[in-house]
Amino acid sequence: MRYAAPTTIDEARALLAADGDAIVFAGATDVVPQMRGGRPEPSMVIDLKKIDRLMSVGLEGDTWSVGAAVPTSVLTADAAFTADFPGLSEAAGLIGSDQIQNRCSLGGNLCNASPAADSVPALVVNDAVAVIAGGGGERRVSVAEVVTGPGQTSLAHDEIVVCFEMARPAARTSDAYLRLIPRTEMDIAVVGAGVRITLDGDGTVSAASVALGAVAPTVVRVPAAEAALVGSSLDDAALAAAAAAASDACNPIDDKRGTIDYRRQVAGVLTRRAAGIAADRIRTRNGQTSNEERAS
Amino acid sequence: MSTTEAPASTGTNGNGASGYRWVGTRPVRHDGLDKVAGKARYAADLNLPGMLYGHILRSPHPHARIVSIDTSAAEAMPGVKAVVTGADFPEAPPKGATRNLMCTVIARDTVLYSGHAVAAVAASTRREAKAAAEAIEVTYELLPHVLNIADAMADDAPVLHDNLFTRGVEPRPTEPSNIAARTVYERGDVEQGFAEADIVIEREFSTQAVHQGYIEPHACVVDCDQEGKAVIWASSQGHFMVRSSTATVLGWDTSRIKVIPAEIGGGFGGKTTIYIEPVAALLSTKAGRPVKIVMSREDVFRATGPAPGAIIKMKVGARNDGTITTAKAWLAYENGAFQGIAAMLGCMCVVSAYTLDHLYVEGFDVVLNRPVNVAYRAPSAPAAAFAMDSVVDEIAARVGMDPIDLRIHNCPSQGDPTPYGPKWPMIGLRECLEAIRDSDHYQSELPEGQGRGVASGFWFNIGEAPSATVNLNENGTATVITGSPDIGGSRASMALMAAEELGLDVHLIQPVVGDTEVVGFTDVTEGSRATFATGMAVVEACRDLKEQLRKRAAKTWDCDVEEVEWVDGSAVHGPGEQEPLTLAAITGNAKRTGGPLGATASLNARGAGPAFSVQVADVSVDQETGRVTVERYTTAQDAGTAIHPSYVEGQMQGGVVQGIGWALNEEYIYSDDGNLENPGFLDYRIPVASDLPMIETCIVEVPNPSHPYGVRGVGEVGIVPPLPVMANAVADATGVRISDLPLSPPRVLEALTAAES
Repeated sequence: MRYAAPTTIDEARALLAADGDAIVFAGATDVVPQMRGGRPEPSMVIDLKKIDRLMSVGLEGDTWSVGAAVPTSVLTADAAFTADFPGLSEAAGLIGSDQIQNRCSLGGNLCNASPAADSVPALVVNDAVAVIAGGGGERRVSVAEVVTGPGQTSLAHDEIVVCFEMARPAARTSDAYLRLIPRTEMDIAVVGAGVRITLDGDGTVSAASVALGAVAPTVVRVPAAEAALVGSSLDDAALAAAAAAASDACNPIDDKRGTIDYRRQVAGVLTRRAAGIAADRIRTRNGQTSNEERAS
Repeated sequence: MSTTEAPASTGTNGNGASGYRWVGTRPVRHDGLDKVAGKARYAADLNLPGMLYGHILRSPHPHARIVSIDTSAAEAMPGVKAVVTGADFPEAPPKGATRNLMCTVIARDTVLYSGHAVAAVAASTRREAKAAAEAIEVTYELLPHVLNIADAMADDAPVLHDNLFTRGVEPRPTEPSNIAARTVYERGDVEQGFAEADIVIEREFSTQAVHQGYIEPHACVVDCDQEGKAVIWASSQGHFMVRSSTATVLGWDTSRIKVIPAEIGGGFGGKTTIYIEPVAALLSTKAGRPVKIVMSREDVFRATGPAPGAIIKMKVGARNDGTITTAKAWLAYENGAFQGIAAMLGCMCVVSAYTLDHLYVEGFDVVLNRPVNVAYRAPSAPAAAFAMDSVVDEIAARVGMDPIDLRIHNCPSQGDPTPYGPKWPMIGLRECLEAIRDSDHYQSELPEGQGRGVASGFWFNIGEAPSATVNLNENGTATVITGSPDIGGSRASMALMAAEELGLDVHLIQPVVGDTEVVGFTDVTEGSRATFATGMAVVEACRDLKEQLRKRAAKTWDCDVEEVEWVDGSAVHGPGEQEPLTLAAITGNAKRTGGPLGATASLNARGAGPAFSVQVADVSVDQETGRVTVERYTTAQDAGTAIHPSYVEGQMQGGVVQGIGWALNEEYIYSDDGNLENPGFLDYRIPVASDLPMIETCIVEVPNPSHPYGVRGVGEVGIVPPLPVMANAVADATGVRISDLPLSPPRVLEALTAAES
């Protein structure tokens, strides 16, 4: 097995194109355990962390660009990024452990194509766009379109995810991500729920995005839950309707990590809680008393 | 204080306020720096010139007859130097413990669990060994399999061993079955007891098989020479056991084998047996080169050490004043592929924390198509305590008594009969109950929304045979060599006891674990025995040395030895005519007074003191997801005397953490076709550090009169109470009692949902 560390995207793509058994990696936190387990058995591993563009984070105008190989610990430590996307930042901060987060990346979390990837629902609710370098130059696709099934992506063999682009959130907009794991860390989501909402001046939800992880072969966007939230004041009835819609949207499996019934039930619970957290973040940022503070 | 008598009870919480200079202090362990610096040498760290890598081929089927094994393709593969199958090993006897060991190391005509070793390859690289092992062609004839107790005990169950007839049943059965043995303990008349009881509670419980979860997979390097002698470097809880077991499996004389103990990365009972050493030895013999075998984590889960799952039916009778009078218990324990004694141990433990007039305990050891059980910290006791202490919790609620007070009311004392026969010696259960009752935790108000649970636990502890050699060096330092692999800080305890005896600074004592050719026979580090039993040998050797030191001083002073006393590390002349001689002065002059000073002790350690622990936990339960969070946890345990309190506390905390894992999330998940679906730490969920609060400890010291310092073993009993503690706390928090472990989020949510509707 060969190891290569190209410094440009073109070089990386050329290496990939020349060898059908080559693979790219960013943090390698998924691929190394997979290789130890016997699959894949690549002829070459291509390290993307020497390519500047994949390793940079920045705000250009109103658009954030996050390199696909940036360690998630860089994102969680970035105050400006975390202020704009607290839910995505917390999702990135849930992957593995502190040590893992010094290596792992949003690009790797997406392209590993696990249904349970924590950062993907949070990227989806923020309408993140993946910038993909391929034979015909660069193309931009919605993050939701990259993964096609467990372990499967829509990327061609010689394509590389370069970065993610996300518009800064509109005013009075925030997000949240919650996952259920039996432990507190070092685990994989049994259910994950990302929610982004926008409140208008009187506290009515004017926009909502809901995406679930680990409840279907790919991340599930839940328009019915979004519709239940929009126009509401996040009252109990609206939250219950959103939770029910989230439960209904699940297409989970029974496996060693959870049962179908359990995943459905908890998907609703987490959706409702994440919506509440996102709303509290908006209220807190706007100097209003949060629900939590009101309760205490 | 004379150290020949056991000290009086101190209850000092291990702060060394017992008149000792060294015992009860907390020096940094001698092996600590190497471990934190990554320099400690584990078995897998050893590399020898010309060394080959062994890979073991394992059965993908839970039960099958081996029709044929064709190794020709594997033998022709690059780098391959040796291939072995079951046919290369001596024939196993038709039944018994020797057969079980031999057939666990490598299958003969039948595989009995998915992961059962079938053949092995030694090759120049790991990759070549693995590729060649996978090229071995095994033809299997599949047989029906059984994975759980109920299926294995059914009348029409597929039978694993056609020569296994249930022991303990009269008349002896004429048909073989999967029930290896029936065990009964009884006293009084349970039917009369239930008739006279005010309250009778009957419940059925189940627990799942769990793994010991040691971080270091099994590993060894074996080098066999032309004369047929073998040197084995291995990670184990007992290198003398590795020597004898390897000799048994290979049909060799033990004197052909030398075993050098590596540093051990966790055992918890799981390294009290062998799996890979004979395979490496045979590969090494065939290849004429050293062979290393390191198990993968997946192999560790598929083929080593589960602690058994169990089904336990409890019926307990009590009076309205809280007196528990009667218990009837039916216990069935998984044994894995070969018979063991899990249910027998469970029968002995199940009601041991209580005095009872009427008792009937019946246990069944059941074989099924899983790897054979191996010890795990107080084997069988946790499931038994889960059943009994869950029912006791209900009784306390029914009679309106505090659950600790109820346990004190029913607590056995010295001279009371144990459920399994002999009378209790001096035990500290009552003191542990009182310690928890009086603890800050138990006295604190339970936070809103949380639940609190308590339970107690018992474990026997054992003595067995230790050996120790203590050598005094010319510069006045000492080397303490024992045969006990150190799995929990025992080296530090050996040094402390030697320091106390010799009056020597503990930092001048180097404790060492010696190989099978430098120290006398020593039994496995198990049964919480190392500090108790091997400590006795260290003390005996040191006392021998003190006599020698007095004689040397007498010789130096040309006086009668009776005029010499040994005080605080120096020879003191009783009549006062001579300046005291320090130990260093005597050893520095040893060549002129009779040569080097050293002493050896080998003995049978009798009188291991039984261990008890009492624990309390506060938990919160997420009513919508079923997730249980441990908010606060306190454990009290009788250590007899805490030689090194920090490492006693470490053992107490470690046992609790493993018990919490067993209670909350750990379980083997088998597919219907008999394969383990979670053979790794991602999906086999032992607790991580952030799951737990600091486990608060309270060392209780009720000295064991059989040990010169009053030591009781502390390694195991801590894992016994957490199963019922967690179940009782969850019941208190939710109002719903769950009798099937683990209390994983899906199971808890299901129970809460069911209780609502």
